[in-house]
Amino acid sequence: MNAVRNFFHSIRVRLGKLPRWAQLVLWGLVVLLVYLLPIINPPFLTTTGSDFGAVLFSCAMYSLVAIGLNIVIGYAGLLDLGYIGFFAIGAYTVGMLGSAHATLPLILLVPAAIVVTMISGVLLGAPTLRVRGDYLAIVTLGFGEIVRLVLVNSGWTNGSRGISNIPTPPSIELFDIPHISWQGLTAFVDLETTTTFLKFSVTDSVPYYWLTLTLVFIVLFLDWLMQNSRVGRAWEATREDEDAAELMGVPTFRFKLLAFATGAAIGGLSGAMFATKQQFINPENFTIIYSVLFVAMVVVGGQGNRWGVVFAAVLLTWAPEKFRFLADGRFFLFGILLMALAIFRPQGLIPPKRTVRARKAEEEETEILEEGHAHA
Amino acid sequence: MRVLLEVDDLCVNYGRIEAIRNVSFTVDEGEIVTLIGANGAGKTTTMKTVSGLRPVRLGSIRFQGKDITNMPAHDRPVLGIAQSPEGRGCFVGMSVLENLDMGAYARKDRKSPKVKEDLDRVFGLFPRLAERKSQVAGTMSGGEQQMLAIGRALMADPKLLLLDEPSMGLAPKLIQQIFDIVTEINKQGTTVLLVEQNAAQALKRAHRAYILETGEIVREGTGAELAADPAVKAAYLGGDT
Repeated sequence: MNAVRNFFHSIRVRLGKLPRWAQLVLWGLVVLLVYLLPIINPPFLTTTGSDFGAVLFSCAMYSLVAIGLNIVIGYAGLLDLGYIGFFAIGAYTVGMLGSAHATLPLILLVPAAIVVTMISGVLLGAPTLRVRGDYLAIVTLGFGEIVRLVLVNSGWTNGSRGISNIPTPPSIELFDIPHISWQGLTAFVDLETTTTFLKFSVTDSVPYYWLTLTLVFIVLFLDWLMQNSRVGRAWEATREDEDAAELMGVPTFRFKLLAFATGAAIGGLSGAMFATKQQFINPENFTIIYSVLFVAMVVVGGQGNRWGVVFAAVLLTWAPEKFRFLADGRFFLFGILLMALAIFRPQGLIPPKRTVRARKAEEEETEILEEGHAHA
Repeated sequence: MRVLLEVDDLCVNYGRIEAIRNVSFTVDEGEIVTLIGANGAGKTTTMKTVSGLRPVRLGSIRFQGKDITNMPAHDRPVLGIAQSPEGRGCFVGMSVLENLDMGAYARKDRKSPKVKEDLDRVFGLFPRLAERKSQVAGTMSGGEQQMLAIGRALMADPKLLLLDEPSMGLAPKLIQQIFDIVTEINKQGTTVLLVEQNAAQALKRAHRAYILETGEIVREGTGAELAADPAVKAAYLGGDT
């Protein structure tokens, strides 16, 4: 693991020495490559059993989820086990106002989904954020299930039949982009399979991937802004020691509520993307197992590190599709890997620098205690 | 001298258990006042109530004549009350400088050069912290963390500094040093309310003192008076110190 870290560190140092414009160009190329992934179909990365574009769309969608939940768990230190509830509320807001009860265009539905989930985040958070630790986990776990059960049993939401004909984003059909196919390691242009820029349809997931990926970048930027502001510091202080934070003048309850509402809004945005991509949703899409998977993404990635959780979200979405041929063995493997992670790397794959520092501090302290030095 | 803090008939409960009962005391501007008492006497509860972390059942707290009995804890630093909590309570994952910066979080004038002056004041009092600016708080020794907690409270530029057991768990030599610094802080013009188990040091440093026993104030007087009192000596000073 250290070898890997040193490798990345040396790359970072070398990149840091490049002139500013070269760094920007390099970043631009990386971003472009990420956008073009479903067109290029890189040999090892591409999934054979399922549509690669659809897999990438899911990766982007769950990245949004992970970024949002990371604010709640990683920054503010609140364990939310009912995050699927917000995802569902976002999706259903789009479904209800776009198809079942009104026919608003998607451009209005997405902001509506964000606002509605944010409000539901405040409504859930206001009474529950006064309890700490495990109690919050239990209450949120209940919330996720309550949302699903209401969706199943309410006629207003069409019950278990769900909502269909959910509107897609507006299409502007400009030009066709042929995909690339691979025979072993030789690439050739596949004129049969093309993606129309920019046509949203059931048959082609690539435009949805592009849209959601763009949202991921926007949300990452906003996330960065928030974390580096007074808000981010208040979250950090609250997470480390709530009483001490209060004594410093941080209104901890308000900041926890803000984290909860922001996280909920991002979850709702992701749910909205899900609804418009599927064009059909029903309560079965929002079972409790997803809440657990979302928490796994944040924990596996490294709570508090936005790149870590995005990496884990992509990994945990892509790997089951890649190894589809293993059938149910995948879940067995996933369980084993989770246990291994908990034992060997409990702070996650890419923890934030701070966690690394705090952990080192803890280890040193234990060493000192074990050696029996009275440290004044 | 003007009264800075006035606590009247304060009663605080943990559930049904009365932690403190009818506790009244005052702190004048410029003083060091200490509350001493055994474990479980209600010292920390009193402190937490003054800083707003515990709700008041009965009684009142006034600061500079203003009733703050039910004011939330996070609004009190703005008025000029800062606490260094028991058991230090540093943000262990943050560096020394980040901890001190959090201390100034609630200040209205946090962008003014006054903050830099206060930082220099803290570094003047605790040169150790200046040496370890970018060290993570969790990696520091108990004594250093205690210094950091006091320094962080000072960064709020408080009128009243609340110190909850600053000597807890420290080596004797360091205790002396911490109390010297408390005296120095007071001389620089900050009023101090000190809660201590180390009665000998506390009485030596304080202008006035109150003794808490099972949630009630049983004695009060100047530090010197109480230190000389045979009953206090027997109960709290244990002979030689």
